[in-house]
Amino acid sequence: MRHDGATLWRLASAQAKAFALAAVIALAVFAMLLSVAGKDPLRAYVDTLVYVFGNAYGFSELLVRMVPLLLTAVAVALPARIGLINVGGEGQLYMGAWLTTAGALAFAEWPAFVLLPTLTLLGFVGGGLWALIPGALRALRLVNETISTLLLNYVAPLIVGYFIFGPWRSPESSAYPQSPAFVEAAQLPTFFHSRVHAGLLYALACLVLYWFVMTRTRFGLEMRAIGGNPEAARRLGVPIFSYMLAVMFVAGGVAGLAGMAEVTAIQGRLVSELSPGYGFIGFLVSWLARTGAGGILTMSFLFAVISSVGDILQITQGLPFAVVNILMAVILFIVLAQPARSVGR
Amino acid sequence: MNTALVIGVLATSIMSGASLLYATLGEMIGERAGIVNLGLEGIMLIGASTGFAATALTANPYVGVVAAAAAGAAANLIFAYLVVGRSANQLAAGLSLMFFGFGLSALLGRPFVGALTHSLPRLTLSGLEPNGTAARLLSHDILVYLALPVALLIWWLLFRTRWGLQLRAVGEDPAVAFAAGLKPNVLRYQALTIAGVLGGIGGAHVSVALALTWVEGMTAGRGFIAIALVIFAKWNPLWAVAGALLFGGAEGLQLQLQAAGADVSPFIMNMLPYLLTLLVLVLWGWSRQLAAPAALGRSFVGVE
Repeated sequence: MRHDGATLWRLASAQAKAFALAAVIALAVFAMLLSVAGKDPLRAYVDTLVYVFGNAYGFSELLVRMVPLLLTAVAVALPARIGLINVGGEGQLYMGAWLTTAGALAFAEWPAFVLLPTLTLLGFVGGGLWALIPGALRALRLVNETISTLLLNYVAPLIVGYFIFGPWRSPESSAYPQSPAFVEAAQLPTFFHSRVHAGLLYALACLVLYWFVMTRTRFGLEMRAIGGNPEAARRLGVPIFSYMLAVMFVAGGVAGLAGMAEVTAIQGRLVSELSPGYGFIGFLVSWLARTGAGGILTMSFLFAVISSVGDILQITQGLPFAVVNILMAVILFIVLAQPARSVGR
Repeated sequence: MNTALVIGVLATSIMSGASLLYATLGEMIGERAGIVNLGLEGIMLIGASTGFAATALTANPYVGVVAAAAAGAAANLIFAYLVVGRSANQLAAGLSLMFFGFGLSALLGRPFVGALTHSLPRLTLSGLEPNGTAARLLSHDILVYLALPVALLIWWLLFRTRWGLQLRAVGEDPAVAFAAGLKPNVLRYQALTIAGVLGGIGGAHVSVALALTWVEGMTAGRGFIAIALVIFAKWNPLWAVAGALLFGGAEGLQLQLQAAGADVSPFIMNMLPYLLTLLVLVLWGWSRQLAAPAALGRSFVGVE
């Protein structure tokens, strides 16, 4: 499908209007729920705005949060183009972090200019191999990838748990088991005296590459063919089997980079609570963006703002971060209730 | 393996199998009507937190179970409105329901973190030695005793009543069912209401009978295992009983080995149910004998 600029703009602004309406209604519904729970929603919203847009630090934290959202959203969008539903970004993130940690601990004496590319590769491979399991099971027509990716989300954190409670347990951590801290050379550089790190460049690069491959290459064309009509694509000689494996590997790898960035730039070590559900939020981002690259960028930003509401509720009003899931779900409910919406593929 | 361990595994497999069975039966009714609900995990979490909260507030676990059933039905009706009323994509709606459940249960359960509560009382047959083998195997709460009759009831409803025939017809082809004078969307609403009740009860059993405490995300993927169990059971409630016992057994084995101080990491043991689920799905996929309702996942817009 090709659109001229005007059509594209009209489509985008209609989408933006629909989303803004959904967000406003959702914020109102969420505020009502919080009031019933005896909390002060208005203060939480104002606090969030002040925190996020009030100073450079808050805004930089938004960029930090966008990194895992962008990466896991691409990890959902890419398979969606060939009709695969990857809900396993969370597990792939954990496995990327896991293999990165293995490398960071094993090659601790390497210089940074060798170590960091190695760790990036390991993060990619860790997530990629993890996603290859459901990819292969689907390509062999054994198990539906939706249910297998969901199930594997519960296994990956247990593998991480096993290692930080066992072989990798740092001697100086007793209450909260974690791996030993990474050496300086294994930490992604940060910018502007903030926590904004090179992972943001990875994320933007992945997004641009995703856009480029989908719109400007033969691979993108063939993938869109599979997504549009698998049977026709097969008869035209598109190797669907290989595409399923390759696409799931790359998608998992991209989500694995999110895990790599979390351990090398944010935590500096492997911990058990790596992600408050970034993989799942990435799924929402990708779905709401209808897997478009520009939409993913916008939605990641908006969901980074929304998830800041969760941080604020946690810090100032003593609620669990997970409560913000209500807000995200209600936005989705409203978008889903809008009529005649095509499946986000 | 010694006898005590075997008995322990059997007893826990019955206990944790029951909650899985309720959830599986709920999902199965929905799928028989042609609706996949990936939000079952969210429904179970809402059931678990509502059940726990209501039990803690009223000191009556039976009130807790009823409240959980009502909350499960109410939450599932949101999903039903989206997929039936608005013809929304079922996978996306299901996953949003899952998020909703994560969030709402965290909000509802927040005041009760760390609280202990009354558990569903265990009913023991009189005349059994209190700590004997028979008593350990045969003293369970009411939900465990009701699980098998509920499975039979749902089998009867689906395969021996007119309503069940109509429901299955809608699941196979809503357009044909509509042409035959049925109301596909009304039947789907009914199926999803029952599914919500059963999912909520399954969740309540986890918090009020198994764990006796509220922890965020405590159903730990049981909802997804139940969705896999529907496939395992080939959409037949009676096979669901066997599946629930098998997976309850995997969890029972893990708990008992941990209690017995086995030298296996709890993290490895905790992977067991998920890996077993995946293995079963692979084997079933291999045998290619799936009997999924033909219209699974498709919405019915109606004939204007």
